[in-house]
Amino acid sequence: MTENLNVFAVRTLTQKEYFSPGHRSCQGCAEALAVRLVAKALGRNVIVANATGCMEIVSSPLPYTAWRVPWIHVAFENTAAVASGIESALKVLMRKGRIPRKKIVTVAMGGDGGTADIGLQALSGALERGHNFLYVCTDNEAYMNTGIQRSSATPFGAATTTSPVGRVQMGQITWKKNMPAIAAAHNIPYVATACPSYPIDLVQKVKKAADIEGPAYVHILSVCPTGWRTAPELSIRLGRLAVETGIFPLYEVERGQYRLSVDFPKLKPVKEYLKLQGRFRHLTDEMIAEIEKRVHAEYEQLRAKAGKGS
Amino acid sequence: MAKRIGMEVSIAAAEAVKQANVDVISAYPITPQTHIVEHLAELVANGDLDADFFCVESEHSALSVCVGAAATGARTFTCTSSQGLALMSEITYIASGLRLPIVMIVSNRTLSAPLSIWNDHSDVMSIRDCGWIQFFVENGQESYDHVFAAYRLAEENSVLFPVIINMDGFILSHVIEPIELIEQGKIDQFLPPYQPVHQLHPDHPVTMGAFALPAIFAETKKAQEEALRSSMPKIIETWKAFGDMSGRYYHPVETYQAEDADTLLVTMGSYGETASVAVDKMREAGRSVGLVKIRLWRPFPFDDLKKATLHAKQLVVIDRAISVGACGPVASEVKAALYGNDQRPSVYNFVAGISGRDVTPSDFVKMVDKAEIEIAEGNKEGFEIYGVRG
Ligand SMILES: Cc1ncc(C[n+]2csc(CCOP(=O)(O)OP(=O)(O)O)c2C)c(N)n1
Ligand code: SF4
Ligand SMILES: [Mg+2]
Repeated sequence: MTENLNVFAVRTLTQKEYFSPGHRSCQGCAEALAVRLVAKALGRNVIVANATGCMEIVSSPLPYTAWRVPWIHVAFENTAAVASGIESALKVLMRKGRIPRKKIVTVAMGGDGGTADIGLQALSGALERGHNFLYVCTDNEAYMNTGIQRSSATPFGAATTTSPVGRVQMGQITWKKNMPAIAAAHNIPYVATACPSYPIDLVQKVKKAADIEGPAYVHILSVCPTGWRTAPELSIRLGRLAVETGIFPLYEVERGQYRLSVDFPKLKPVKEYLKLQGRFRHLTDEMIAEIEKRVHAEYEQLRAKAGKGS
Repeated sequence: MAKRIGMEVSIAAAEAVKQANVDVISAYPITPQTHIVEHLAELVANGDLDADFFCVESEHSALSVCVGAAATGARTFTCTSSQGLALMSEITYIASGLRLPIVMIVSNRTLSAPLSIWNDHSDVMSIRDCGWIQFFVENGQESYDHVFAAYRLAEENSVLFPVIINMDGFILSHVIEPIELIEQGKIDQFLPPYQPVHQLHPDHPVTMGAFALPAIFAETKKAQEEALRSSMPKIIETWKAFGDMSGRYYHPVETYQAEDADTLLVTMGSYGETASVAVDKMREAGRSVGLVKIRLWRPFPFDDLKKATLHAKQLVVIDRAISVGACGPVASEVKAALYGNDQRPSVYNFVAGISGRDVTPSDFVKMVDKAEIEIAEGNKEGFEIYGVRG
């Protein structure tokens, strides 16, 4: 169902753009596509706080801006705190009658570095305090803005400029941090994963997250051709392969209940995903087998949580 | 005249924040700032203050919350000390660059290492160049008064800068002093609700915090620099308006027995009161000594300082922080202010009272004695850390 819907129904999305064209992202940047879809899903009654990173830099070279909604960038690690302040101010100013009462969604956006690494403390604080806001992590699996350095969301084996392939070490030696699980552990009402290769699914999740009272977290896998050493025209394909191989499953955690958005009783071999990417070029068959074993085990754990255990 | 009530200075400062009708308060506890936030939490919990108060997970976030809230159009408050200010430092520059009228009380405390909770000015000196308007206060009444002046000034359309009120930790924050509280009606007139020029709202989308290429960065910095410098008349005007309302008038540089003095002590913060006792003693002994107190640290009042000091033979500048490897930060500024004048006093610099070491009136007398002897012997630009053993 999600499969078909996502292939054919994209045209049903609004034609309006709130993250406008003309920004400076690379060709085939699926992170920019993710942001564009998030912005479409949210519409105009939002305020966006953006962490330092590719999306901030490509969209706001003074005196230009790609943003047609109110937008603020403050620093790299504090976006969730800035959003806390926005949400709090809206609440108080409406209560005191200084601005008219209406629903305005507060959104914080950060990359994987700004979320899972340097911004984790501010995010945890904001989730724990229960602010009514949506946090969107656009995960391209490294610090792309500063030149492809590893983050804690970089997958095992991937070559980055700080997890290079050397004579004694082959790329990232740690496993990707499970950021959605960390968000869910805060007992917030809504957590979801999404990918712009499944645009309708992404838009629906963002809309749902924005409507929910309290903190919501959406984690979006965002293919980065520049950092992943992939062909720009493969970005959508790669996002789909990430899902179809079980490497990046699409799911929701609503009030603690896990639900898979698409389920594959038989996953595609991870090799189909890995072989298209320069960052994995050096992987040996043993390493690929190790990756596949862990991906399958984690996928089964997720299925079990979603009540689909085999 | 209104009644004076004995209260702890931190409580008085928190009461002022309440009377200023702030919208969002965000802070993280650190000694000696804690009593201010604790009292604010109590005021909100009792419904005496209609504000959103939250204790965040770090000072970095505390100031970031204020940035987000101020950008959305709220009147915001935070306060901190020492390590907390150091952790915030990244965001202090951004708050000023974004021209957000946040008010922060810094209950001044030294910076580690070694760890120490006691007072000096090394915390605020570490963010000296962050582009906030910075006041130093001398006593409890001034701490209370400056909260109102700070908001009115910060929110002035032609100013729009965040303001720091430096209030010496423990020496002021934890003592009980007689404070004259101002009636709420007067405050409401002096400080109407904040009317932002730009605010984050979907009805008029704006982009805040864009990045600048070198081709435009210098222009934006120049604009900020000029705006901070040209806020000087507004600062003076605000203090004048405050004085007309309260009867207490403040100035960028204040003097005591200074007009005819050959030797001038120069201080900043709570030292002022102690130093004035020392001046009285020395005057009684027939010595030509006076006092110059710097209240406004940024923008630095070069002209006022010159006016107050150029006639003297020597200045004894007492710093409460060290720029390690150089000298005291106040002395650097004072020297810079005087440099363009052919006839200028010698400047002898002491760093005293760091990490809360007690400095009494007789210590000030000793420092003046020492400076006068050294200068007479030709050491016209001395620098030393006063009262150190060994
Ligand atoms: C405190 C701080 N440390 C480091 C940086 C440098 N920096 C800016 S963006 C960035 C990486 C961003 O990575 P991520 O959050 O994953 O976003 P991406 O650029 O990949 O979209 C880094 C390290 C900074 N701006 N601030
Ligand atoms: S480096 Fe990657 S994430 Fe950044 S703009 Fe280019 S493609 Fe997008
Ligand atoms: Mg990234």
